[in-house]
Amino acid sequence: MRKWVSAILLGFVAAGFFIVLSDIPFGNNRMDVAKYYIDNGITETGAVNIVTAVVVNYRALDTLGEVTVLFVASLGLGALLHAGKDGSGNKQRASLVVRTGSRILFPLILLFGAYIFVHGHLTPGGGFQGGAVIASAFLLQYLAYRHYSIDRQKFSVVESISGSAFVVVGLLGLAIGGYFLSNFLDKGVPYSLFSAGVIPVLYVAIGLKVGAELAGIVAGLMESGRG
Amino acid sequence: MEILYNSMYYVGAAALILIGLYVILVKSNLIKVIIGIHLLDTGVNVLLVSVGYIKGGKAPIFTGTSLGPTQFVDPIPQALVLTAIVIGVGVVALALSIAIKLHEHYGTLDLRRIKELKW
Repeated sequence: MRKWVSAILLGFVAAGFFIVLSDIPFGNNRMDVAKYYIDNGITETGAVNIVTAVVVNYRALDTLGEVTVLFVASLGLGALLHAGKDGSGNKQRASLVVRTGSRILFPLILLFGAYIFVHGHLTPGGGFQGGAVIASAFLLQYLAYRHYSIDRQKFSVVESISGSAFVVVGLLGLAIGGYFLSNFLDKGVPYSLFSAGVIPVLYVAIGLKVGAELAGIVAGLMESGRG
Repeated sequence: MEILYNSMYYVGAAALILIGLYVILVKSNLIKVIIGIHLLDTGVNVLLVSVGYIKGGKAPIFTGTSLGPTQFVDPIPQALVLTAIVIGVGVVALALSIAIKLHEHYGTLDLRRIKELKW
């Protein structure tokens, strides 16, 4: 019964997809707004990565909202899982290869994550990706050592400071440039590391914030599994 | 077959969305439902990126060499999906933590045995 009702519903959804997508042929050029971003992105923002220019400059306010959503999710997870019991959990040790490898790789993964979010305006990547890479380093530590535990206090300090930095940069933009999150710093020479005004500053803040939040999520889930 | 080949990414994205919806509707194990939510999420992301694709287009990043502004794909869906992926991770993490608490409370992840969610 349940399966048949679902199948009928899915049939309607599939028909809807077919009707809508047959009007949008795949691979055709239909850029209007995007054309403006591509033509004027470098001169207006200084960032050669147009995706970054859209995320952290043209639509930075949306990004602030999105960072807030992630913050609320990690807050909810922390509230649900805070009473982690100390128990035995999985007794088996990780193999020597994992333990030794994680010792060597941990700083390198952190460095790679930092590289990704610092170069967000020049190369593919940015704060969200770099933050996810940083959190994966902590996940590796959790997988390698049974009793590993991050200091939640310090992580939430990093998270709070970088989240506040995002808003403070926005308010400075309001004071200097005339609107919230305006790009008030010198745009510099495109293709160089110190260019694009506030974009690298915001992306470093986002990278640290996302890294700390995702590491906190990883810690919450891994430590609740020990109970 | 010609249509299928020309819109391969649409077909794949729609298939992912439909599989995700089917799993959410039919499966009674909460972990499988969460996997379905993530499949649905991935399908929507693939659909958005493929709507913005332009034949022969490259990633919208200027490299200072040969690529001109006409050779780029649409950057806006990519920016939207970039944020949607992170939201998806947050949603799934929150759902998993709720699943952990439900398992602690009811001792099962079967939705039919958790009385409030009977269907």
